[in-house]
Amino acid sequence: MTYSAFRIVRETLTGNTGWKPAWRDPAPKAEYDAIIIGGGGHGLATAYYLARNHGLTNVAVLEKGYLGSGNIGRNTTIVRANYFLPGNSEFYSHSLKLWEGLESELNYNVMHSQRGLINLFHSDGQRDAFVRRGNAMINQGDDAILLDRDGVREHLPYLDFEQTRFPIYGGLLHPRGGSARHDAVAWGYARGADRRGVDLIQNCEVTGIDIQNGVVRGVQTTRGAIRAKKVGIIVAGRSSQVAAMAGMRLPIESHVLQAFVTEGLKPVINHVISFGMGHFYISQSDKGGLVFGGDLDFYASYAARGNLPMVEHVMEAGMTLMPMIGRAKVLRSWGGIMDMSPDGSPVIDKTHVEGLFLDCGWNYGGFKAVPASGWCMAHLMATGESHEVAGKFRLDRFATGHLLDEEGTGSQHNLH
Amino acid sequence: MCPLCGERDRREFYYYGAEDFLNRPAADAEPGAWDNYLHLRDNPAGVTKDLWYHEMGCAQWLVVTRNTVTHEIIATELVAERAK
Repeated sequence: MTYSAFRIVRETLTGNTGWKPAWRDPAPKAEYDAIIIGGGGHGLATAYYLARNHGLTNVAVLEKGYLGSGNIGRNTTIVRANYFLPGNSEFYSHSLKLWEGLESELNYNVMHSQRGLINLFHSDGQRDAFVRRGNAMINQGDDAILLDRDGVREHLPYLDFEQTRFPIYGGLLHPRGGSARHDAVAWGYARGADRRGVDLIQNCEVTGIDIQNGVVRGVQTTRGAIRAKKVGIIVAGRSSQVAAMAGMRLPIESHVLQAFVTEGLKPVINHVISFGMGHFYISQSDKGGLVFGGDLDFYASYAARGNLPMVEHVMEAGMTLMPMIGRAKVLRSWGGIMDMSPDGSPVIDKTHVEGLFLDCGWNYGGFKAVPASGWCMAHLMATGESHEVAGKFRLDRFATGHLLDEEGTGSQHNLH
Repeated sequence: MCPLCGERDRREFYYYGAEDFLNRPAADAEPGAWDNYLHLRDNPAGVTKDLWYHEMGCAQWLVVTRNTVTHEIIATELVAERAK
């Protein structure tokens, strides 16, 4: 069923009785050409592009809960391509281009809104760093505009420019940055994959990976054994556990990142704003809630909820930057489990097992990467070769020293 | 919970990483041993041991046994005691 304005009118006139489920609920077959473990954003996007770009439709996505029940539903929905290092820069640039055509591609409203992202800076040194970053973004073909203090004031008059601790010197505006509706991205890819013949199998937890003589044969699940020549592990948040089924020890430590949303307000914040010195970033959802967050809780955790010290810190940072939000009431807070890698960059690579592929380590930047991650993981699984924009996301780069440390903070998992 | 100071606020402590950081390889060890030490982690969902520093208290390094799913602290010991 294709969605269109005509369809809405027709359904309105006929009492909305013609809508059908967006995807099937098939039972698992005994064998597939490829299995994706993990029905989140990245897994569903991979399945979609396996079918769309490579004609592989005998594919199953195995999800232990319901589709989109992991981090795709627990993030702050920011889409941007403002990376600096070669390896990251071209990948996120590719992803942003895919975002820009995603709604017509999927025939699904993912509410992608390029409202502009502003990263604030607070010292001469930080300004220099942002000039350099902006130049890297422009060199990559993306957009960046350096704003001085008055330039920022024009966009964001409500900030506290006079704060004594971190006075605002200016900001880097990334006009094509913005946000999207998180669940809709998962649903759009799920529906797109299903329409191309991919089986989306929910409530099906993988309990083992069958390997014979170094070659993957299939997986064991709570709904029986399923054979496949190719298996992709795309389970950020649980990567270490699933990879351990194949005897792997990953360069990943899991951390909890909290986020918050206020009650719905009238439109007030038109951009995505990040306040790096205070560890705070904020945007306003189309529903009106202020969506904001800060830094990790800093200790390894799988709890999907954080603790109060970071809640307090985020609130303090928000009040420092924009005192006007002080009267908004926080409605909800939540935590997502981040695959933190030692250099802050992800992995899209083969493993030591033939036919077994790994997509993990998205730190807290996985949402914007969903389209390109799916695109590149599908390319890798279909052709056996890394896609040209993801060639540096190698699993062995930690052993060989080819790190992609965007923030330059060293090899400690929680510092990225 | 610090073995020296007793029950203290979470914010007094600095988290460093998994207990693996205590097992530093010899200077002439294979590169693989260094990769294992610096980067690779068991990362369990459940009971784990990791290193914390009582930064705003007694300035001792601690090995904390705790549950990553429930956030329960099971035991703490001084790294200095363990080295003996």
